Amino acid sequence: MLEGKTDVVEELTPNKSNTQWTKKDLLGIKDLSAEEIELVLDTAASLRQVSERSIKKVPTLRGRTVVNFFIEPSTRTRASFELAEKRLSADTLNFSGGSSSLVKGETLKDTAKTVEALQVDLIVIRHPSSGAPHRLSEYVKPGIINAGDGINEHPTQALLDMYTLREKKGRLKGLKVCFIGDILHSRVARSNIWGLTKMGAKVMVAGPKMLIPKEIEKMGVEVSYDVKKAVKDADAINLLRIQLERQNEPFFPSLREYARYYGLNSDVMKNAKEDALIMHPGPTNRGIELSSEVAESSGSVILEQVTNGLAVRMAVLYLLSMYKPENK
Amino acid sequence: MSILIKNAHAFDPRNNVDDILDVVIDRGKVKQIGKSLDVSCDETIDATGKYLLPGFVDLHVHFREPGDEYKETIKTGAMAALRGGIVGAVAMPNTSPATDSQAIVEFVLKRASEANFNIFPCGTLSKGRAGKDISEMSELKEAGCVAVSDDGSYLSNPLVARRAFEYASSLGLIVMSHAEIPQLTVGGVMNEGETSTRLGLKGSPDIAESMAVACDIELAKLTGAHIHICHISTKKALENLVRAREQGVHATCEVTPHHFALTDTRIKNYETNLKMNPPLRTDEDKLFMIEGLKKGYIDCIATDHAPHSEEEKDREFEKAPVGVIGLETSFPVTMTELYHKEKMSLDLILEKLSLNPTKMLGLLDFNEIKEGSKANFALVDLDEKWVVAEDLFYSKSRNSSFLGKEVQGNVVATVCNGKLYQWAKELVKE
Repeated sequence: MLEGKTDVVEELTPNKSNTQWTKKDLLGIKDLSAEEIELVLDTAASLRQVSERSIKKVPTLRGRTVVNFFIEPSTRTRASFELAEKRLSADTLNFSGGSSSLVKGETLKDTAKTVEALQVDLIVIRHPSSGAPHRLSEYVKPGIINAGDGINEHPTQALLDMYTLREKKGRLKGLKVCFIGDILHSRVARSNIWGLTKMGAKVMVAGPKMLIPKEIEKMGVEVSYDVKKAVKDADAINLLRIQLERQNEPFFPSLREYARYYGLNSDVMKNAKEDALIMHPGPTNRGIELSSEVAESSGSVILEQVTNGLAVRMAVLYLLSMYKPENK
Repeated sequence: MSILIKNAHAFDPRNNVDDILDVVIDRGKVKQIGKSLDVSCDETIDATGKYLLPGFVDLHVHFREPGDEYKETIKTGAMAALRGGIVGAVAMPNTSPATDSQAIVEFVLKRASEANFNIFPCGTLSKGRAGKDISEMSELKEAGCVAVSDDGSYLSNPLVARRAFEYASSLGLIVMSHAEIPQLTVGGVMNEGETSTRLGLKGSPDIAESMAVACDIELAKLTGAHIHICHISTKKALENLVRAREQGVHATCEVTPHHFALTDTRIKNYETNLKMNPPLRTDEDKLFMIEGLKKGYIDCIATDHAPHSEEEKDREFEKAPVGVIGLETSFPVTMTELYHKEKMSLDLILEKLSLNPTKMLGLLDFNEIKEGSKANFALVDLDEKWVVAEDLFYSKSRNSSFLGKEVQGNVVATVCNGKLYQWAKELVKE
């Protein structure tokens, strides 16, 4: 074990940029500067080693309590956070939608106050309403990590996507990243757009017009309704899970039509660069937004995203746990 | 009970009054107007430097009684109105039960009279606001309704709407329309556009309003009904209305202070006190609302006063109910935005707050500065600066979009049905 050492992470994290973490919460990439994004990615790079050791644990968050407050179902994000917390030696507590009192009619505020009264240090929240983590941060003192709010943001996913891109391509600036699918309901796309544009990458969004948010060009992205054209020149293609039925609103004719005209298959990939990366936040619908062939091609980094997600979430937990009001 | 208002700058263009005058009020009516009157009254108020205006009439309020008395009662709503210089209001029928029967109308009027306030009830357009059958409008009219509306929802079955418009027009009832095609706004919690995209909130398109206005205009053309568009908020809808008026359709509209003072970009951190329906729109829409007020496209300023409890508003943006209070901030916000910033004349502002709505409701000698008129006035300071704060509200609710905002213009006293209310700087509740 690494007992006895003062702070393993400090040792692991040479602070290149001299950027200080000054935020109590991670509510969205929207609120971060390019330097802060870089700080998270650098920290994650140092922490990645921890998971490669035989004893995959450091005492950094020993004695701290992290609550995973998942009001919306989640498997991979929650597993990733939980493992990240455990690798940092935090005590964890899980609240989930089905078992929480929110379903019994308790308000978010009252539930939040109850959690706070348990003297926890950090709250990781996933919630079906956009802006719920922002409300929570007004209600309670512990740091808040947004693990996905409605259709707004999923900041740790965007950070792990950027981490993967930077690792594979050596940089973010000047890269062209294409997102295909249901952009309208995608918090992953929205967080990535905030992040990538801040980091100097070019973003293209593509999909059926009904699933492209209005006036998204004003966020500094290009829009295309033609997947074959959209993937041209892309350094990475990030696919989004497609859910055609949302609140019983008909957004698209059929999955069959979607797969044929908007799915990523080897035919579409003929228009892409040979070294284009294939990314997906998961879970994938094979044969719909992504053919098996492409999912398993050499450019696919879907599983590496999962591995990197762990390091990025460790970095976020670490940085937020270091926050002190006087840093502000 | 008699009141002497001394040295007020009395201003009522209808009666060519624009002078420093003393006004004597006795038993609810204006008894005497003149210079330096030497009369002894029960109450005397020195109004030097203040304007005495015809009391304001608000065509659109939600007083929540009966049904949701925890949000507001007619008594608290009336006090909030009076604090804002508003002496009469059209109460919307989305109460619980809905105001679709004589019994409810009579109850509302009884409560208003107990609160010394003038309510002009609006009955429902369809029974129970359900959109299926037209309401019993003859009975509603007899009970005292001046208008009919399904406010909060849109009567979107064109056949039912046609019959409702026909019936209302034959009875001389104004049809007040909450113009919104409901299928276009499913799940929408704010205006659809750049801001909703940036905030990751589901938007409602502006055409939900303009399409409904277009339908209402066609129905009004066919039936001859007087269609009044409630809380208009989009340029497209107002353009439709202007065209219809040019063709001679009897169409009028109102705008709320929040729609000419604020835009959707004000929503930055999911503030639920900026959530209402229709939602805050774009800068282009807001500027067109101001232009519409100046050019006379918009007839009235109405608040759409919609109280909600703190528990209801203090939650996730998507789950919070729509609506904001507005009675106590209507005049100051109007003065700040239109008089001081836009340099609109007091004449024109008075038309929107008072003269046009008074005329639309057919009220005679209701708030005129002339001998014999009922005494319903607002005594105002055009220039006083103050900051809107929660503890100043008489309303039971606190959900104002203007909390913390510095405004210029204040109501210092109100006379309603001959009773004088003087407003202290600090709230002392009864």
